[in-house]
Amino acid sequence: MRVMAQLAMVMNLDKCIGCHTCSVTCKQTWTNRSGVEYAWFNNVETRPGQGYPRRYEDQERWRGGWVLNRRGRLVPRGGGRLHRLSTIFSNPRMPAIEDYYEPWTYDYETLTNAPLQEHTPVARPKSLISGEDVKISWSANWDDDLGGAPEHGAADVLRRGLEDRVRFEFEQTFMFYLPRICEHCLNPSCAAACPSGAIYKRSEDGIVLVDQDRCRGWRMCVSGCPYKKVYFNHRTGKAEKCTFCFPRVEVGLPTVCSETCVGRLRYLGLLLYDADAVLAAASTPEERDLYEAQRRVFLDPNDPAVAAAAERSGIPHDWVQAARRSPAYALINTFKVALPLHPEYRTMPMVWYIPPLSPVVDALRDTGHDAEGRANLFAAIEALRIPVEYLARLFTAGDPAPVDAVLRRLAAMRSYMRDLNLGRDADESIPAAVGMTGEEIYDLYRLLALAKYDERYVIPAAHAEQAQALEELATGCSLDYDGGPGMGGSGPFGESSGGPEPVAVENFRMLRDRQRADTLTAATGRRGRVNLLNWDGRGRPDGLFPPSAHDTAAPGGAPSRTDTPGRTDIPGPDHTENGRAT
Amino acid sequence: MTAVAFSAGAANPPAAGGPDPDSALNILLWIVVPYVAITVFVVGHYWRYRYDKFGWTTRSSQLYERPLLRLGSPLFHFGILLVALGHVGGLLVPASWTDAVGISEGAYHAVAFGLGTVAGLAAVAGAAILVYRRRTVGPVFSATTRNDKAMYALLVATMLLGLGTTVLGNLTGHPHDYRETVSPWLRSVLMLQPDTELILAAPIGFRLHVLAAWALFAFWPFTRLVHVFSAPLGYLTRPYVVYRSRDEQLGTRPPRRGWERPRRPRQQVGR
Ligand code: HEM
Ligand code: SF4
Ligand code: SF4
Repeated sequence: MRVMAQLAMVMNLDKCIGCHTCSVTCKQTWTNRSGVEYAWFNNVETRPGQGYPRRYEDQERWRGGWVLNRRGRLVPRGGGRLHRLSTIFSNPRMPAIEDYYEPWTYDYETLTNAPLQEHTPVARPKSLISGEDVKISWSANWDDDLGGAPEHGAADVLRRGLEDRVRFEFEQTFMFYLPRICEHCLNPSCAAACPSGAIYKRSEDGIVLVDQDRCRGWRMCVSGCPYKKVYFNHRTGKAEKCTFCFPRVEVGLPTVCSETCVGRLRYLGLLLYDADAVLAAASTPEERDLYEAQRRVFLDPNDPAVAAAAERSGIPHDWVQAARRSPAYALINTFKVALPLHPEYRTMPMVWYIPPLSPVVDALRDTGHDAEGRANLFAAIEALRIPVEYLARLFTAGDPAPVDAVLRRLAAMRSYMRDLNLGRDADESIPAAVGMTGEEIYDLYRLLALAKYDERYVIPAAHAEQAQALEELATGCSLDYDGGPGMGGSGPFGESSGGPEPVAVENFRMLRDRQRADTLTAATGRRGRVNLLNWDGRGRPDGLFPPSAHDTAAPGGAPSRTDTPGRTDIPGPDHTENGRAT
Repeated sequence: MTAVAFSAGAANPPAAGGPDPDSALNILLWIVVPYVAITVFVVGHYWRYRYDKFGWTTRSSQLYERPLLRLGSPLFHFGILLVALGHVGGLLVPASWTDAVGISEGAYHAVAFGLGTVAGLAAVAGAAILVYRRRTVGPVFSATTRNDKAMYALLVATMLLGLGTTVLGNLTGHPHDYRETVSPWLRSVLMLQPDTELILAAPIGFRLHVLAAWALFAFWPFTRLVHVFSAPLGYLTRPYVVYRSRDEQLGTRPPRRGWERPRRPRQQVGR
C-alpha cells in the first residue's frame, strides 16, 4: 500500500442556483488576461445542455480520456505515444475556437467619440481574436437556463436515446446546473497526452498543474482531457488549466470558486488513497463498476493501519488528522451520496457531485402531491424516473442503481428532518428504508445544511518543511500579468518571451507594502495586473476600473505606487494609472 | 581562426583565373559569416533556453484555423524533416565513404535528386500554404509578429534557393556535384580549417543558398523555430503520468551562492 493524499472537492448540486459567481471570480483571479479570454477554468452549465465547449462529452469525436484495448490494458483513447507524435503537426482532435466561442468586447469608445449625428451611435461587438466586427451567435452560456433548448438542446450528447424522457417542451422540462472545474484526476489523461511532460500531478496534494516553463505548445493535452479543462493560451502558446488555487490552499484557504460560492455548496477536503491500486481500478472491465472501483481506492483515515502506512509514506500527521475530518471523505464514502462525473472516462476524477433531488421534487409538486412525504418521494424517484437515467449517464456510466440509492438517501433525509422540524416524532423507519440510522441521517443533514466554513473546507496548510517542494513549482497561469514579459510582445522575441515573476514574490511584496502602510492601500499588482488573489476588500485595486480622464491628462511619468501607500481611491493628478496612457 | 584559414588557404594555391579566396570579401562571406552564425546559433540557444523558457513554444495557431493547417503543416514538416536528413547525409558524409560501401556516384545522385526534390517540393508547397494562411486568415494574421515574418522570409528564401539550384542544375543535364565543393567546404569549416577555395568553385546558386542558410541559423534562436530542439522524443519512453515533488531547490530559481540551505540527510520516504 502506497498512501498518497489528494485534495478533493464535492459539490451539492441541489443548492446550485446557477448564478455563475464562481465562474466570474475564478476568471477575475486567473484568466482575465488576453490569450485566455475564452478560458473558463470554472464554468457552470445547464443540464440538459451541450456544455462547454460544445458537446465536449462526445468522446467519439474528441477522443479524450482512456479506454481498455483488446488485451484489457488501459491506453489513451486518442492513441498511444507513436500515434500522437505522428499527428503532432496538426492535431486532428483539437476543438477550434468555434467550439468554444469567439470572445468579444464592445467598441464602447464610439459612444463617447462619435460626432454629432442623426442616429445614436452604437457600440459594435468586436472580436478579441481578430479585432474585426463579429456577429455574436454563441458563447460559454448560450444555452443557460435551457435558453434556446428547442433548437440547441437536441445536441446534448447524453440525451441520445432518451429523447422521449428528456424533453424540451415547456411543460415537460427539467433542469439543473452543473458547475465544473478541472477534476484533478488520479489518472490524468491530460498529463498522459503531454509530449513534453509539462503536466504533472503534485505528489503532496494531487493537484494537477502545467509547468509553464516546460510546456512547448504541442497542444495535445487539450484533446487528451475528456472534460476539456485544459485551455490553450493563444497568445503565449502555452496550455493553462485550473490550478485548484494552489497558492491559496497551500496556506489553508479554500479555492476562490468555493470561497465565493453563493449556494455554499462546495466542500473541500483531503482523501487518502492507495496509489498502487489506481491503475487496477481505472482498468475495471465494466464501465458501470468504475464508480465502486474508484470508491474502493480511497482509504479509511480512521483505520490505524492506514494512518501508519500514511506516516510511512511521508504524509504529515496533521494531514492524516485533516483527512479524518474531511467532508469529501464523509460524503463520498461514509454517507455515499457523492458521485464522480463521467467515471467512464477512466481518469478517476476527484471532483464529485451530490446529484440533485430538486427536479424530482419539483415534478412531484407540480402533480399536486405532498412533495416531501416519504412515500410520495420514493415513488416519484421510481416512477417519474425523469432525471435518473440522465443523471446516471453523468455520474455512473449509465447505471441507475447508485443514483437511485443516493436520491433515496436524500429524500429520506428530507422526510425525516421534516418530521423533526415540525415537532413530530421521528419516524425511524425512514432511515431504515435506506440503510441508515436516524443519527447518520442527522449527521448528513448537518453536513449538507448547516456546516460552517471550517467544516466545509478542511484544508491542512502545506508544511513549512515542505515549502521548498510546494512553493511555485514553476507553475502559475497567473504568472504572466498584463504588460509583463508574458504578455503581448513586450519581450525581445515577440509575444510571450521573458521570465515570469513568481506569484509568491508578488504577493509577498504586496502584503508587506500593505502591512507597513498606515492607511488603507489597494491590493495592487505589478504593472497593472489586477490581483484579487490576496485582495482583502480594503481599498481599490489599481486597474480594476479604467483610469479617469483626469488621470490621463497627467503627463505619462513613471508609475508611482508603492511610494504613496496612503492612496485610497481618489487618484491625484500625479498618478498615471500604471504609466499607461489610455 | 583567420590565421588558420590563411595557412589552410596557402596550402592550396588558388586555381588559375579563379576568384581570389583571400580577398576581404571572400574571407568575410566564407569564414567570418559562418563562424559568427554558428556562434550566435549555439550561444543564442543556450541563452534563450536559460532566460526565456516561457517563450520557448511552437505558438500553435491551430485554435484559430484548422483546415489549412491540417494540409500545410504536415506537408511542410514531413518535407522539411526529410530535407534536413538529406542535408546531413549529403553534407557531412564524404563521397569517399559512400564510394567505399559501393554506392556509385550515379546511383547516389539519382536517389538524392529524386528524394530531395520530392521532399523539397512538399516542404515548399507546405510552406506556401502556411504563408498563405498566415496572410489571409484574419486571426492568424493578427497573431503574426514581425519576428515571424522575418523568420518566414529567411526560411522561404533558403528553401527556394536550395530547391531552385537543385532543380535548375539538373535541368541543364550537368548537375554540379556539390559533394566536391560545398560539402568539403562545410566540413572544413566545422573542423576549424576553412578552405574558401572549395566553396568558390560552387555555382552562384549554391553560394546564395548557403548564405541565406547562415542568416537563417543566426536568426533561429530568436524565433519560434527553437521548438525544433524540443522535439518530444522523450515522450516515447517516459511513463504516462508524471508526478513531481520535493525539488531540492527552493522556489523557482537556485539560491544565490552562499545562500544554499543546510544539507539534510536524504529523507527515507518511499516516493
Ligand atoms: C522536429 C520536429 C518538429 C515538430 C514536432 C514540430 C512541431 C510543430 C508544431 C506542433 C507546430 C505548430 C503548428 C500549429 O498548430 O500552428 C509547428 C509550427 C511550425 N514549425 Fe515545426 N516542428 C518540428 C520541426 C520543424 C522544423 C525542422 C522547421 C523548419 C525549419 C519547423 C518550422 C515550423 C514553422 C515555420 C511553424 C509555424 C507554422 C505556422 O503556423 O505558420 N518545424 N511545428
Ligand atoms: S479533468 Fe483536469 S486532471 Fe483530469 S484530465 Fe482533464 S485537465 Fe487533466
Ligand atoms: S457560485 Fe455556487 S451557486 Fe453560484 S453558480 Fe457557482 S456553484 Fe452554483
